Amino acid sequence: METDLKLSYTDFKSDQNVRWCPGCGDHAILNTVQKAMAELGLNKEEVAVISGIGCSSRFTYYMSTYGFHTIHGRGSAIASGVKAANPRLKVWQVTGDGDALAIGGNHFIHSVRRNIDINVLLFNNQIYGLTKGQYSPTSKRGFISKTSPFGTIEHPFRPGELTIGARGHFFARTIDRELKLCVDVFKEGALFEGTSVIEILQNCVIYNDRVHDEITDKQFKDDRTIVLEHEKPMIFGKNRDKGLVLDGIKLKVVTIGNNGVTENDLLVHDAECEDNTMHLKLANMEYPEYPVALGVIRKVKAQVYDQAMEAQIAEIQKGSKIKTFLDLAKEGDVWEVK
Amino acid sequence: MGKSSKVIEVDKLVVRFSGDSGDGMQLTGTLFSHTSAIYGNDISTFPDFPADIRAPQGTIGGVSGFQVHFGHSGVLTPGDYTDVLVAMNPAALKANAKWMKPGGTIIFDVDSFDEKNLQKAGYKTNDPIVEDKLEGFNIIKAPITTLTRESVKGIDIDNKSILRSKNMYALGLVYWLFNRPIHHTEDFIRNKFARKPEIMEANLRVLQAGHDYGNIIQAVTPSYHISPAEVRKGIYRNLNGNKATAWGFLYAAEKAGLQLFLGSYPITPATEILQELSARKDLGVKVFQAEDEIAGICTAIGASFSGSLGITSTSGPGLALKTEAMGLAVMAEIPLVIVNVQRGGPSTGLPTKTEQADLLQALFGRNGESPLVVMAASTPVNCFDYAYFASKIAVEHMIPVILLTDGFLANGTQQWRVPDEGDFPDIIIPKTNQKPGEFKTYQRDSEKLNRDWVFPGTAGYEHRIGGLEKDAVTGCVSHDGLNHQKMVEIRQEKLERIANYIPKLEIVGDENADLLVVGWGGTYGHLFSAVEELNAEGTKVALAHFNYINPLPANTADVLKRFKKIVVCELNLGQFAGYLRMKHPQYHYHQYNKVQGQPFTIHELKEAFLDLI
Repeated sequence: METDLKLSYTDFKSDQNVRWCPGCGDHAILNTVQKAMAELGLNKEEVAVISGIGCSSRFTYYMSTYGFHTIHGRGSAIASGVKAANPRLKVWQVTGDGDALAIGGNHFIHSVRRNIDINVLLFNNQIYGLTKGQYSPTSKRGFISKTSPFGTIEHPFRPGELTIGARGHFFARTIDRELKLCVDVFKEGALFEGTSVIEILQNCVIYNDRVHDEITDKQFKDDRTIVLEHEKPMIFGKNRDKGLVLDGIKLKVVTIGNNGVTENDLLVHDAECEDNTMHLKLANMEYPEYPVALGVIRKVKAQVYDQAMEAQIAEIQKGSKIKTFLDLAKEGDVWEVK
Repeated sequence: MGKSSKVIEVDKLVVRFSGDSGDGMQLTGTLFSHTSAIYGNDISTFPDFPADIRAPQGTIGGVSGFQVHFGHSGVLTPGDYTDVLVAMNPAALKANAKWMKPGGTIIFDVDSFDEKNLQKAGYKTNDPIVEDKLEGFNIIKAPITTLTRESVKGIDIDNKSILRSKNMYALGLVYWLFNRPIHHTEDFIRNKFARKPEIMEANLRVLQAGHDYGNIIQAVTPSYHISPAEVRKGIYRNLNGNKATAWGFLYAAEKAGLQLFLGSYPITPATEILQELSARKDLGVKVFQAEDEIAGICTAIGASFSGSLGITSTSGPGLALKTEAMGLAVMAEIPLVIVNVQRGGPSTGLPTKTEQADLLQALFGRNGESPLVVMAASTPVNCFDYAYFASKIAVEHMIPVILLTDGFLANGTQQWRVPDEGDFPDIIIPKTNQKPGEFKTYQRDSEKLNRDWVFPGTAGYEHRIGGLEKDAVTGCVSHDGLNHQKMVEIRQEKLERIANYIPKLEIVGDENADLLVVGWGGTYGHLFSAVEELNAEGTKVALAHFNYINPLPANTADVLKRFKKIVVCELNLGQFAGYLRMKHPQYHYHQYNKVQGQPFTIHELKEAFLDLI
């Protein structure tokens, strides 16, 4: 409810000039993050935005909250330290496909594995923008760039597959220009307790323009993407006539009305199912065989690292006679010289 | 205790317990040093672990030793040479015979000296005493295995447990030799095996039997007597360097009113710091065992940013990995302590051995002008003090600190007096006096030049920090050249002003000496002992030992200029000597260096100093 909000989204803007390229997808993401924070009723002082290196990582300076712009690839590790040490902070990590999945890949998978309560915004534009146009670990095979003039010979990472493979408990996907969807999944990620990884298909207007256009362009979007909603049938298409069913162990696109298919035959999305097999299939869907899945694909409750750490300390402290350092120093194998 | 045999009155003695890595020698040595410390002796110990996890039984590679130096007072090193060697097998004798003092005592388990074991140890004959020319020593051939079996007759335990209690036999015998009471060890056994009454009974009997054996053979064996020293009143305990380091951080965090956060990754010989703090949930310590060395320091940086005392512990190769993140901490001006327990390098090097070759890495191993504090502990127990003061400097000056210790300090033990309230100064967090809504991140204290530390969560002081250069006034990102120069100079000046807050360099020994011995860090005990012995013998030598390296103590030049000759002694090829040449080029520095993975010996130092004079 707008009227209940303490702060408006403009309150989350810092006094710095935003210096991303005109037309960059980052502008829209910044606005929708600020809107999500306002709608969540957050206070500026309780938010810590942590970033690594890359275009997206400048995000920190454009927020009026606490923030730490760190070093390449280490945002996940620093955010882990911030949240583990001070769980009362709302920690948002801003990162890109190079920062999180190349140089920071190790930290990324381990923070996901631990399920520390961090909201990870993973800007995926399949390119290194800040260094002006080299291929990234998410660039498609064959992609031509300054460091792959004859096309890449690497298999790209799929962020959803990696997150779920690292035993992730929350994965969502959105598109920079889909403002409402962005606000919705950012809020859902923020409210989730544990590591929430949100992949944002982001457009780099200078070095990889229109990379996502074949699915994000208004003309095709409805037919080439599916917005998953918990407990709703997996239905999509401009005419809401397409859906997903399971055929053997594979997903299959069907058209309602063809071959006697009705809405009742479609799969119903269960984001909260602990078994991750279906989430993995959904996260891995690629155009043209499938629509690309958007929305919250996986959201499963599990033990949260920072909470468990505090609970364990509290438990031990309850049963311990050692309350101060000197208690410890005087306990055990000691002797007194009188 | 009625003793009819010869009793030798001495000041100091070195005893070495040595056996197969499964023989329990570390425990035996620890129990012996504990009893000696309680008795009132000064002690210094050094465990010598085999490098391999499980070398083949009975071989020299599998020998595990524990050396205890104890005496009336002034024991500062674990000792160069051994007065009494306990060898549980031929390999232990073979490995240690060359470290015996002339006229010393060798006790060995004659039962283990069979053909197979002699062969494994590399002996070519069946008489190791003759083969290694040990006839001049006082040899006690004790049938330890047989007598251990004998003494546990009637107790229902398996063969493995019987053999495991052999070390108590040796310990009992050594207690007799040094006139030490056995009841502290009896208490330990009762406590440790409270739930295994048969094992308890067996160990108690074996310990007593070993002690009794001394009485039986006393006619042929001299025993030693060292009287206790007068020591300051208080509560004492034994502590090794790693544990002392961990405890120094515990105390510092408590005195500062901060949560202690350790981000770390296991690495020899620093792992014990991580383990010790992991066990201290009772004191609210948060320990994050990270996925790698980089995440170790990065989580600690994140913790400091969010309002904890962030620390990370490592050894040389790990310090190399933390390099970039240390630069971030310098730039962001947040408190952080990085402990580097140095080991032999480069690369994987000699993980279980000691060295001082990471000094230049600590001082200069970062990109850009990246000044941070470098300090070094110099005894196992003053690791506590320097961990405390490293934390104090980090917090009060808003700067990262590298604390250097080494494998020798980390594993060496001394007795430690539990501090009284007030023994250590308070640690004051540099909170802000700025008004909310007008906070300037890089507004500085006029004396120390530190910025204010505001914890996230505080309303009205929201700010952003990071690795990019910032404007000196507004705290915003700045690429301006003149501003950059100003900030580089301020960070350097902030470091240099720390010299006003650290102790002055002291001269130990004769101020009019012909030679000044200079050292730093873990070599203190050996250098001090060598200097002390030379002075006692009439040679004038002084010692200046550094604990603070960057910045150097303010009076460093005043000390150096008083001496005609200076020799810098280090367990590397001359890193500190090179640093002094850079900082104080007007003096000539001789060097004495050793890189063998082992501490100096007092003997070799004395010879080197006499050569120079």
